[in-house]
Amino acid sequence: MATTPNKLAAAQKDTQQGFVYLPLIAGWLVPGAGHFLIRKWGRGTLLAVSVLGMFSIGIAMQGKIYGSAHDILEMLGLAGDLGNGLLYFAARAFGLGADQVLVTTADYGRAFIVVAGLLNVIAAVDAHNIRTGRKS
Amino acid sequence: MTHYAAVLLFALFASVVFGITQRETPQRMVRYGAYCFVLFAGSAVVLSWVMYLIAR
Repeated sequence: MATTPNKLAAAQKDTQQGFVYLPLIAGWLVPGAGHFLIRKWGRGTLLAVSVLGMFSIGIAMQGKIYGSAHDILEMLGLAGDLGNGLLYFAARAFGLGADQVLVTTADYGRAFIVVAGLLNVIAAVDAHNIRTGRKS
Repeated sequence: MTHYAAVLLFALFASVVFGITQRETPQRMVRYGAYCFVLFAGSAVVLSWVMYLIAR
């Protein structure tokens, strides 16, 4: 019984060491990387597959990648796209996706890309919560 | 890809992320993920029928 508080304190101390925002930033830049950093291999793999899958399907559907924002809706779309981290910048650099939505599937593709970004942000925050000990 | 396949893939990926991030234990993650998947796919089917009946 006496060792339990000690173990808990040691675990809390262990979670407080180092740069606590690293999993958050890594998870945002590369899907799943935040969980890999804290050795949650299974969760990280599933999250990476999910976000990469959604993003890839969106690109395959010729979904729009927001490059600039002229109105509030485009601003929200850009914010969602930016959630993909390096995937977004790579897509912009290599000219992936479409500049304009021309067909119905492209509109679905745009939604896939935006939601992939939002899910990636949720995953990165989850990695941060595990890192700080707020979640197991 | 059909519209329904797109819906199912969307539901699958979103449910996986929701399950992992919103619950603590693996068992509860699976249950919550399955719950989200059924809600996503089920609501798409129900809303599709509603729109079909409205459009008639």
